[in-house]
Amino acid sequence: MKSKDVKKKAATKPADKEEPTSKGKRGFWSQAGQTLLIPALSVVTGLVFGAIIIIITDAHVLAAYKNFFSAPGLALLAPFEAVFNAYGALFTGSFGSPVALVKAIQTYAATGDNASLLKAIYPFTESLVSATPYIFSGLAVALGFRCGLFNIGAEGQFFIGALCSAYVGYAFKMPWYFHLPLALLAGALGGAIWGAIPGYLKAVTGAHEVVNTIMMNWIAFRLSDWLLTGPMMAAGFRPVTPVIQDTAFLPRIFSDPLRFNAGFFLALAVAALVYWFLFKTTLGFEIRAVGMNPDAARYAGMSIVRNFVLVMTLSGALAGLAGASQVLGVDHWVGQGFSAGYGFDSIALALLGKSHPVGVVLAALLFGFLRGGATRMQSMAGIPIDIISVIQGFVIIFVAAPAIIRAIYRLRVARVEETVLTRGWGK
Amino acid sequence: MTTEIIQQSRKSSFVRARLVPGLILIAIGLVILFLFGVDTEAGQQATFGMNAMRSQALPIPDLTLPVQPAIYVLILVTVFLGAWQLARGIRSTGLLIGMVAFCFVVAFLIWATRDKSFNLVGMLSSSLVRATPIALAALCGVISERAAVVNIAIEGIMLIAAETAVMAGTLSHSLYVGLLVAILTGALIAAIHAVLVIKYKVDQIVSGVAINIFGIGITSFISSRFLERNGDLLNNSGTFPVIPVPLLSKIPILGPILFENNLIVYLMILLVIVLHILLFYTPWGLRTRAVGEHPKAADTLGINVFLMRYVNVIIGGMIAGLGGAYFTLGSVGRFDEIMTAGKGFIGLAAMIFGKWNPIGAFTSSLIFGFADSLQVKMQILKVPIPSQILGMAPYLVTMIVLAGLVGRAIPPAADGQPYEK
Repeated sequence: MKSKDVKKKAATKPADKEEPTSKGKRGFWSQAGQTLLIPALSVVTGLVFGAIIIIITDAHVLAAYKNFFSAPGLALLAPFEAVFNAYGALFTGSFGSPVALVKAIQTYAATGDNASLLKAIYPFTESLVSATPYIFSGLAVALGFRCGLFNIGAEGQFFIGALCSAYVGYAFKMPWYFHLPLALLAGALGGAIWGAIPGYLKAVTGAHEVVNTIMMNWIAFRLSDWLLTGPMMAAGFRPVTPVIQDTAFLPRIFSDPLRFNAGFFLALAVAALVYWFLFKTTLGFEIRAVGMNPDAARYAGMSIVRNFVLVMTLSGALAGLAGASQVLGVDHWVGQGFSAGYGFDSIALALLGKSHPVGVVLAALLFGFLRGGATRMQSMAGIPIDIISVIQGFVIIFVAAPAIIRAIYRLRVARVEETVLTRGWGK
Repeated sequence: MTTEIIQQSRKSSFVRARLVPGLILIAIGLVILFLFGVDTEAGQQATFGMNAMRSQALPIPDLTLPVQPAIYVLILVTVFLGAWQLARGIRSTGLLIGMVAFCFVVAFLIWATRDKSFNLVGMLSSSLVRATPIALAALCGVISERAAVVNIAIEGIMLIAAETAVMAGTLSHSLYVGLLVAILTGALIAAIHAVLVIKYKVDQIVSGVAINIFGIGITSFISSRFLERNGDLLNNSGTFPVIPVPLLSKIPILGPILFENNLIVYLMILLVIVLHILLFYTPWGLRTRAVGEHPKAADTLGINVFLMRYVNVIIGGMIAGLGGAYFTLGSVGRFDEIMTAGKGFIGLAAMIFGKWNPIGAFTSSLIFGFADSLQVKMQILKVPIPSQILGMAPYLVTMIVLAGLVGRAIPPAADGQPYEK
């Protein structure tokens, strides 16, 4: 590598052709590979650790090892069987069974009947549906990280956004070109307010946003509990909102029972928007500067207070959009226990994606597929869905401590600059 | 000329510093009038029970207050304090806020109890009990952060310790074994946090959050996998009995509150005192604080910064393990998913409120425990506020406390920064 660079340097005039990379004279693909390596290995190692936990808690494996001396072969095979069952179910849950897909294509080619084709791609589209809120909330947390803010409140903001957009969805009657944008806007606004409060508190009093956003989460849960059993409750006994009007639905791409909707494309568009905002506007530059070195930013005349509030508001808006897209595109109503852990997952997402919109989208897709498969893993292999949280915990640790991965795999990867995320309890 | 201007501006900022809080206090007095005063009628009485149920204390008669006069007295006190602040200025704002908050809460209680009776001593006693996990979490935070390691993982540690405690307690039919297992588990998880943060220099908050996520995941996983199906075998440990201290529990009001509790509460009170003495009156405590304020200087003196940090975080983990044991062995005797309900984070707020010292942390945990038990009692009293809104009280109090005081609360200087030799 080094000799090639020396030759290149000799061959071209120094002021002339400079390779357009910022981290030394490496090519684009090699750099992309470098950046992807640690996160990819972290995910793999996380899955391996998850497999270990599955194995040691599996009843069949434990039973097989009890009879180790009488049937050693069985005992040795049992762990592999358990993992194969578990991760096999995970795979078919995420992507769908390749066999079924081939058969369905054959049926479609032969008879033009697309029912079995739809059934075959159902798991894949379900994974994309699961990934959509992750994209939004991952962007929310990533935006916060870029400014040095730790937004754990994505969970509460998600919920509030969902409730706001559900309210606009069921309480008003309008043509769809007003109703849908308004509902989305309501969701974003609700989340924005929920994020702005801790942001403002941090900016003015210095109270750390970690504790404040977590408190806001719990307040949001209680508030939604009250709303769903009181003012916003639909007729009947269940603590759910009324179903939203048709005009506020995010349009579905395929027919029922596929739930794949335009929300996915909206998420990708928003990711592109966030990329443009962060990297191509002066405001985005200010945000990144404040994140990298607040003192230098202040010296350059940037207002830390304003940026903190702005970023927490935008971050909350994105998380609120996550909730809105889930309500408007998938469920069409809000019930208790609606959000199922998106908040904490999105922290893992933002870390995996190194707070870059492209990375976040990729990580969100990964998590969407994991979640999509986990439900099936729970029903088919009987493994509780919480294993995903366990795997995520491992993944976060491995991504945050690349030294561990380097030690495990004996890598001699050059240290990529590691983002400094937070600075203690604030000033 | 310039001295005049400086004196003018100093005077005006003094005036402003007196004016604003004074006006706010008077406004709070008016708020009390409109919220609580106008809703009462002339002859109403509020009865405050002074005897806890099933207590060994000597019984004393209940305290009966006439509602309207009492509320008016409190309004007068608040307005008086506001007027004093306006006229003369009171230096210690914390004390002032405390007194006014006290008046507000008492007025609220009196208003809520009009024409009803309400067991005050019972509520104070349950405040202490509910404050126990918060105080233990806060103590863990204090020990850890005095050595400059931010420990957000307290929630995860408590959750995991709670589950292992109940499983060990049920399997071994001994609560003490369960307690020991909880402490050891706490130490283990804290050791993982310490290794990640000290050796691998992972961002301390990221590591804490990761351990929290992991904790929620693994405890829910094991709960769904094993505890739900084998309830009697794994999830039924019983709880520590209430042990009244022989003579002291007979004291009328303080007895039931302080001296009739279970083992974990007594341990907590003991730990507060022991930690305070250790941290501020022993050489070890001095070294710990040195490591937290200026590790470089401590290092040049020959103190092993890394070892001190490891030891402190692990001790903190043991305390958090004890706190986790409270949820199961000290309270309900079985494990429910995510039963810590954010108490770990409230403990961190209590630590900040208490200015990073054990006694301060204990006092602020009492306040949070009070808020927690207040909202339960309010539901019993059928106060016309929905129970879920009341349930927000501890979290709102946390946020208000953090907002009001963090600006003035100074953490150990090296808090949150990994040490590089």
